[in-house]
Amino acid sequence: MQASQHAAHAGHHEDDSHGHGPTGLMRWITTTNHKDIGSMYLWFSFAMFLVGGAMSLIIRTELLSPGLQYLSPEFYNQMLTLHALIMVFGAIMPAFVGFANWMIPMMIGAPDMAFARMNNWSFWLLPPAAILLTASLFVPGGAAGTGWTLYPPLSIQMGIGMDMAIFAVHILGMSSIMGSINIITTILNMRTPGMTLMKMPLFCWTWLVTAFLLIASMPILAGAVTMLLTDRHFGTSFFNAAGGGDPVLFQHIFWFFGHPEVYIIALPAFGVVSHVIPAFSRKHLFGYTSMVYAIAAIGLISFFVWAHHMYVTGIPLTGQLYFMYATMLIAIPTGVKVFNWVTTMWRGSLTFETPMLFALGFLVLFTIGGLTGLVLAMTAVDIQLQDTYYVVAHFHYVMVAGALFSAYAGLYYWLPKWTGHMYNEGLGKLHFWLSMIFFNIAFFPQHFLGLAGMPRRIPDYAQQFADFNMISSIGSFGFGFSQLLVLVVVFQAMKGGAKAEARPWDGARGLEWTVPSPAPHHTFEEPPPFDPAEAHG
Amino acid sequence: MAGLPGLFAGTANAAWELNLQAPATDLARRVYDLHSLLLWVIVVIFVGVFAVVAYSLVFHRKSKGHKAADFHDNTTVEIAWTVIPTLILIAIAFPATSTLVQMRDTSQPDMTIKVTGYQWKWGYEYVTGDAAGVKYMSVLSTPRDQIENKVPKGEHYLLEVDRPLVVPVGKKVRLLLTSSDVIHNWSVPAFAVKTDAVPGFLRDTWFRAEKEGTYRGQCSELCGKDHGFMPVVVEVVSAEKYAAWTADQKKAMAAVADDPAKVWKLDELVARGEKVYTANCAACHQPNGQGLPPAFPALDGSKIAKGPKAAHLDMVIKGKPGTAMAAFGAQLSDTDIAAVVAYERNAWNNKLGEVIQPAEVKALRGK
Repeated sequence: MQASQHAAHAGHHEDDSHGHGPTGLMRWITTTNHKDIGSMYLWFSFAMFLVGGAMSLIIRTELLSPGLQYLSPEFYNQMLTLHALIMVFGAIMPAFVGFANWMIPMMIGAPDMAFARMNNWSFWLLPPAAILLTASLFVPGGAAGTGWTLYPPLSIQMGIGMDMAIFAVHILGMSSIMGSINIITTILNMRTPGMTLMKMPLFCWTWLVTAFLLIASMPILAGAVTMLLTDRHFGTSFFNAAGGGDPVLFQHIFWFFGHPEVYIIALPAFGVVSHVIPAFSRKHLFGYTSMVYAIAAIGLISFFVWAHHMYVTGIPLTGQLYFMYATMLIAIPTGVKVFNWVTTMWRGSLTFETPMLFALGFLVLFTIGGLTGLVLAMTAVDIQLQDTYYVVAHFHYVMVAGALFSAYAGLYYWLPKWTGHMYNEGLGKLHFWLSMIFFNIAFFPQHFLGLAGMPRRIPDYAQQFADFNMISSIGSFGFGFSQLLVLVVVFQAMKGGAKAEARPWDGARGLEWTVPSPAPHHTFEEPPPFDPAEAHG
Repeated sequence: MAGLPGLFAGTANAAWELNLQAPATDLARRVYDLHSLLLWVIVVIFVGVFAVVAYSLVFHRKSKGHKAADFHDNTTVEIAWTVIPTLILIAIAFPATSTLVQMRDTSQPDMTIKVTGYQWKWGYEYVTGDAAGVKYMSVLSTPRDQIENKVPKGEHYLLEVDRPLVVPVGKKVRLLLTSSDVIHNWSVPAFAVKTDAVPGFLRDTWFRAEKEGTYRGQCSELCGKDHGFMPVVVEVVSAEKYAAWTADQKKAMAAVADDPAKVWKLDELVARGEKVYTANCAACHQPNGQGLPPAFPALDGSKIAKGPKAAHLDMVIKGKPGTAMAAFGAQLSDTDIAAVVAYERNAWNNKLGEVIQPAEVKALRGK
């Protein structure tokens, strides 16, 4: 990994007129450069994506046919827990922080992030957390087998692997909060003169709102897991009815974090897509102002809907009604965003390079996930579908198809800027089509399994679920192995290929395209002149 | 897709089932219809939005020489696509609300049954009605060999239990749910019932089955190792059959009630204890007593199983807080506890030759 990071940045050394202290490994450990740190975030998240992906393939191998084949039920539970924790906290969140590090300073004409040293620390907190999570598999009792939701009292029963997961969550939370403070400060203070907030690229807007969501929600999660820790070891009874506590209290606290977390993942994805679709439609983004309001509205409402994850816990009827109506409200700003993207393409001049294909894939699949979300918002229907594979399908459509496809759209879009080379378009398109087809083979049948009543988080299932499970497993293998293609594409682009111009996409707008490709190690040491018409897509 | 179930309706266990299970209560039918309505709404929205996208993709492409227009705001359409979805949502909210209100109305039940979740089985106790006082455990009956693929799987693989919940047809059955260890969830899709069983709290839910038959569901909240192996089976029977079943249960309960004063011999105690062990202990501590360390310790040669009798009994009665070791004091009778502890102290290599009488358990419980 280290060697490959070097290769990634060989180009940058040549452009760098300043030199920067240590070389070799120490360069990466001590770097304060937003581009270096962005790259490290992206490589880290890809490594975690492969680890979490391998776990999902282990899960799908067990589920290929009825009966227990390869895994014990306890190990199966550990796999599904770590798969989720690693994918959410290790893969998707760091990926978008990587994009933020690379792109926000370049989009707003800033020389670097506001707190460059803290930025380094934010990143280097991640590997210890990842090691804690993965190493917990090898301690006595194994990793936490509770699902990523860590519900007590089950999480009270777990071994030391649970404590390791709790500390990992603490560390990841610290990293996220520091990263968020950095992003907010950078965006609010370091824009080039003339770039008012309402002329700022939309990716920066999505991250501004996301960073506030992180600062508001991560301490809540840290509090929840700390209470778990003291219940486990220090005799408190926050979640123990025998001591005057309530297990359901944990769920309220967890989901008060957990629901904003969904938008922490989704909003930056919306931001990326809001750059890619205008670029390949050769048009300005439709409804910029309403996009900003929609992002802010989604961010705000996300704090008021948490108990829609808890319809079956016995919350009162009035509570169920309130959370149902509040959840339905989210459909309105989300709909506005989808309609804006669609109208951006309308009467454009469309081309279909890989970033655009992934953005379109995002649009289709995220809309499906959003619409099944509307079905799940209805309490009475949700009670039929809660804890079934319908929910598994729903959140993979919004998380994998929503966040991952959007991250790929961003990766292919900005790769020429990062490496200075055009990527292999043929391989990129192959990667897209394989991902799109296999993703749907893997996850669409899970809607049917859920409707028919197959619970999630079970290592073995009744025979009427066998056929769709086999299809789903085959799709997941295809999807998993297709993702290795992106590694080939990125290595090729790092090594060579057609030279990328400063603005390789003729429809792309924004300050990042005014600097050469690859972007020099230091950019915008002087604030660049600002042209509102070219400010963003 | 709402039209499809007609095509695919076959047995309830059709392998290619595409929709919710066939409803067996009035409430479940309303939920089914609400879902069908929503499905149509989202299909129409999806088709509408992506028809526009498809038109753009085909006609507004650069390769056909289409030049990009220059517009990026239109207040009228932006207001329209905010207001129209709002109206659709308000329209949906009406049936969604009334269905939910019906779902939560547990008043005026014909009978009440208490359901207790255990790792990993269900306990049923009839609280009111003719069967008041009847109580028993309901455990997965699928043989281990089927799960391990050593023999072919049966028709109701993983969805069968030794003793189902038996209820009369057409009666409003109220369930009180709780748990003795972690959160479980009692769910029967055909009744549109799914409610958490939370330790230390009571939740309630209800159903009124319209047709006799067997209805199956599963635990729907991750509850540890054997979460996938604690199904729910409900037998809905006619009033006559229910009366007969009730009478049988009461007779059987009277017959098996142990004489508390009986003095047990070692071999009968161990024989009884082995049955209790298989039903309650073997899932974790394994039939060979080796356990699955470190989460589930071995009993063969363990300090507790070979140590003082009182500490061993205490562990079984009170459990070990913070671990999966449940307190069996409330689940098992004095005789069963005496038997299972005697079995554990005499099985495998723990040949202590000790006899434990139910009276000793009774004495310890008092402390």
